[in-house]
Amino acid sequence: MSAQKQHITSSCIVSGNAVYKDGGRVLGVQSSDLASFLLGVYQHFELNYPKFYKMDNLSKLGWLASEVLLKDSFDKSKYQPEEIGIVLTNANSSLDADLKYWDSVQDVASPSLFVYTLPNIVIGEICIRNGFKGEDALYITPQFDASFLQQQVIYLLDNDILKACICGWADVVGDEYKAALFLVEKSEDGVEFGVEELDRIFNT
Amino acid sequence: MGTSKKDVFIIADNVYTPIGFTTQQNFEQLKIGLSGVQKHDRADLSDVSIAASIFNKDQIFIPGEHTYTKFEQLLIASITEALSHTDIKIDDPKTGLIISSTKGNISLLETEENNEALQKRISLNTSAELVADHFGFINQPIIISNACISGVMAIVTGMRMIQSGQYNQVVVTGADVISKFVVSGFQSFQALSAERCKPFDKNRVGLNLGEGAATVVLSGDEKYKGNVRVTGGGISNDANHISGPSRTGQELGDAIIKAMNNVGVNAEDIGLISAHGTATPYNDEMEAKAIILAGLQNAPVNGLKAFYGHTLGAAGLIETVLAKQCMEQNTLLPTLGFEEAGTAPLNITTAVSKAEIKHCVKTASGFGGCNGALVLSK
Repeated sequence: MSAQKQHITSSCIVSGNAVYKDGGRVLGVQSSDLASFLLGVYQHFELNYPKFYKMDNLSKLGWLASEVLLKDSFDKSKYQPEEIGIVLTNANSSLDADLKYWDSVQDVASPSLFVYTLPNIVIGEICIRNGFKGEDALYITPQFDASFLQQQVIYLLDNDILKACICGWADVVGDEYKAALFLVEKSEDGVEFGVEELDRIFNT
Repeated sequence: MGTSKKDVFIIADNVYTPIGFTTQQNFEQLKIGLSGVQKHDRADLSDVSIAASIFNKDQIFIPGEHTYTKFEQLLIASITEALSHTDIKIDDPKTGLIISSTKGNISLLETEENNEALQKRISLNTSAELVADHFGFINQPIIISNACISGVMAIVTGMRMIQSGQYNQVVVTGADVISKFVVSGFQSFQALSAERCKPFDKNRVGLNLGEGAATVVLSGDEKYKGNVRVTGGGISNDANHISGPSRTGQELGDAIIKAMNNVGVNAEDIGLISAHGTATPYNDEMEAKAIILAGLQNAPVNGLKAFYGHTLGAAGLIETVLAKQCMEQNTLLPTLGFEEAGTAPLNITTAVSKAEIKHCVKTASGFGGCNGALVLSK
């Protein structure tokens, strides 16, 4: 077990038509609905990832938040692929994709919509993009639960199951959404990985 | 590595499926080769006939007046039966509840009007609260929805929560219900077999769906010494494709190795692998490669999907409980549907036989590229 303490080395919030990185607002996008907002974020950061277009809104939201979270903040060459993992939580599971899939069934059931009717697919999308092969998990909680999240992630880091963990919240139903991702590493610097800090950043 | 870890015992369990409502009933059915998978012509599920393991339409799971959905009734029925074998205190602050499901109450979308009230009723949070209140759990239930590894992940999570001292005992339960939502989705993937499925067989063409529930009660109390223990767990991601498995099996292989390293066991110590074995061409090939990469090519491999279909969020739990039963009864079960080798070479079980099983590996894989493995030890 390493002596270094876990710290939040980066954070990203996507909420209310804006994107925040490490507490500072980095982008606001005027848009009438979630899909156009997410596209605006994608275009602003000049991301070039054709898979983005086929994702459902939950995956787009979580994936975009992970791109901003990791950009200029994460040196993945410090770790092996299986040392980096993801723990996400949300309240509404994949309900947004479920509703859209079920609408499609009345006509022709679409496999490309059905695959998103699982809430952990967003984790898979982030793993594919970055080659992360460590442990991951998707838990459903009634609201953002900093204490539960912290416990889960500390277990993984303290037991050397992971060396770096992306954790947080990504939730979508219709045009209601919020993502809050935290990069947690054993490091000298960063924000303490504590419940109060998680709640403070979440409520930015 | 992990040598000082606290023992986590399985002190009670239940399997609740169309072929039996207790672990013992299910195990007896498996020994005589009775499968729950049958052909059904049910317009409410599919326009074409499907082979699936499902409960009768008029099946009553909990008698009396209540407003629980079928999903919640399955959880309650399974937990109730499991708890009848133990005297743990449910309202103890050191007792936890973990619930595993992929789709929970999603079938309500098919029959009810979509509005905010319905969306709340569908939420896994609502079901978890109802189930927790039914039994009087005081801690907030933990809900895992991680595709087809949910059940395995739920047991691994329970094990860790006892090892870390957060809980002294944990009730781990899971269920999924088969409805048109799920059937149409697997049909759109052309993943369903029209006949009973054939895990690991050369002529396998796809999976069957199934419904059911299962429960394990875990405890860290040394007074249960002698019971089968949950001793290791490993989870990994393929980082390859959201709906197709890894080509190499490397990542599931890594999850198996991580789980075995937790325990400190070697390949020759593993007396049984309870495989995921969905009987889709790609899953079974990937799984076979993973088992070989983990050095387990000689260990007996058993798959139960031709008995139960794929029970999704319940599968890892149902299959783990039956693997535990195999260990206690010193018995290997046949892999129904398997006739001719059709993957990288494995030692697939084909008949009921006697065997001493000290350690068992349970595997699972799912959409999103997730893989899970756990180890049971005697």
